[in-house]
Amino acid sequence: MTALLATRLKTSLKTSLKTSLKACRLLLATLALVGLAALAQPASAQQPNSVNPTASSVKEDQLLEQMRIIRGRGTIPDAKSYNLEQPAGRDWRQFHEVTLPWIGAIAILGMLAALVLFYLIRGMVKIVAGRSGRTILRFNTLERFVHWMTASCFIVLALSGLNITFGKRLLLPLIGADTFATWSQWAKYAHNFLSFPFTLGVVVILLMWIAWNLPSKVDLEWLKEGGGIIGDKHPPAERFNAGQKMIYWIVVVGGGLVAATGYLMMFPFYLTDIAGMQLAQIVHGVVALLFVAAMLGHIYIGTIGMEGAFEAMGTGEVDLNWAKQHHSLWVEEESAKSRGEAPPSRAAPHPAE
Amino acid sequence: MARMKFLCDADRCIECNACVTACKNEHEVPWGINRRRVVTINDGRPGERSISMACMHCTDAPCQAVCPVNCFYTTADAVVLHSKDLCIGCGYCFYACPFGAPQYPKVGNFGSRGKMDKCTYCAGGPEADNSKAEYDKYGSNRLAEGKLPLCAEMCSTKSLLAGDGDIIAQIYKERVVKRGYSSGAWGWQTAYRETIAS
Repeated sequence: MTALLATRLKTSLKTSLKTSLKACRLLLATLALVGLAALAQPASAQQPNSVNPTASSVKEDQLLEQMRIIRGRGTIPDAKSYNLEQPAGRDWRQFHEVTLPWIGAIAILGMLAALVLFYLIRGMVKIVAGRSGRTILRFNTLERFVHWMTASCFIVLALSGLNITFGKRLLLPLIGADTFATWSQWAKYAHNFLSFPFTLGVVVILLMWIAWNLPSKVDLEWLKEGGGIIGDKHPPAERFNAGQKMIYWIVVVGGGLVAATGYLMMFPFYLTDIAGMQLAQIVHGVVALLFVAAMLGHIYIGTIGMEGAFEAMGTGEVDLNWAKQHHSLWVEEESAKSRGEAPPSRAAPHPAE
Repeated sequence: MARMKFLCDADRCIECNACVTACKNEHEVPWGINRRRVVTINDGRPGERSISMACMHCTDAPCQAVCPVNCFYTTADAVVLHSKDLCIGCGYCFYACPFGAPQYPKVGNFGSRGKMDKCTYCAGGPEADNSKAEYDKYGSNRLAEGKLPLCAEMCSTKSLLAGDGDIIAQIYKERVVKRGYSSGAWGWQTAYRETIAS
């Protein structure tokens, strides 16, 4: 066994020696050629004063062409400082100073203008049959609490966020640099801390209402009829109509995106580099401004846009006629449920009587 | 008035980091904050170059443009300074800066940032020149004393140049002509939208 191994080793050694000898010969031949070529060149080329120490040196313009960030090695613990140049900051500046304010202004002012126009034309959507005087529970205490926790956080987050983009243009000239800086500092604290209950609210909303917010065939019909917003028809709807489902998904997806990108910015450079930070701010800014515009529509239809709508989130009890007009399928379902369950539940509470 | 600029001649920088140390000492810069640093490109490979980098005091500075509270101002010498009284530590100037110059002391919860700190070109801040308040917030104000930034003044190989842009560009040009090579005026195209022909 050992003898066999030894012979094998010998043969492999031989072959490797042969190959290396071949390589050596090739190398020698190349060297000889290079030497000849060098001798053929004028003698001046070999003098030390013409040696160009930068012949192989890194050049800034070449590096900038090759990559968006020129990165090297540093000697201080802060790894971010090893980036020598990152000119992408200028693109981000263009976004932050030009693109984002325009997106925000168009989305928010456009939405406001559309709502004012709509109110002037359509007015408040009335309860056609008038109030019945009987109410039905639409949102329980937990649902209302989560809604208002998220909503109140959203309002503070929106105002303090808008302040970052528009404050220096609109508010700073009015109140002066010092007052504006103090307000902005507190707004930043509020923005950071209220993000936690807001995110919690978004998560609970996602879990609490997802069962009623999956798309269904009824939504198609509802959308075809324009949701009854335009015209006087009131297409049937379940507990949430297609418009409300859209608001739900805007809150869940938009809220999820602003929360994720917001935490990236609150914990800067924990998970991402400078390019990631810039991208996080871009996503945060765009989604947040569109979110604000969408919520303006939501606030409108929940208050002055529709008679009897606010009560759903106010007391939780809506008028039966309102419910029949806007959520006919849900009312049918609820009354079927109560018909089926009413006798035992009514009989049970007072066994002693 | 002069248009103050920095220029690091990468063919002269020996990565001694004395500029970094001098800056920290002159301004009593807090722990964890570096207004100036030396970055080595292609370390250990042929063509390696080291460049000392700090705030370049850009023309039309991006930090100044993106600041949500407008805490930056550009002096008559074209030095970009800021007010720590107005700064809210949002970190946006760092996202915009092409040179990674702004620094933030870590204060309080999460990754929350304190008042931004960066190279002042040894020119202090908005407070009265060479006052204690100015020194405490921004470090010494050598420019008000008629001196140039210490990092460049004490550079042993005179790799780092500070002063009027035209004058230091002239010095650099003469060097390049004399020695016959150059690896470029690092950061000038990005900061000043111009470069020194070589």
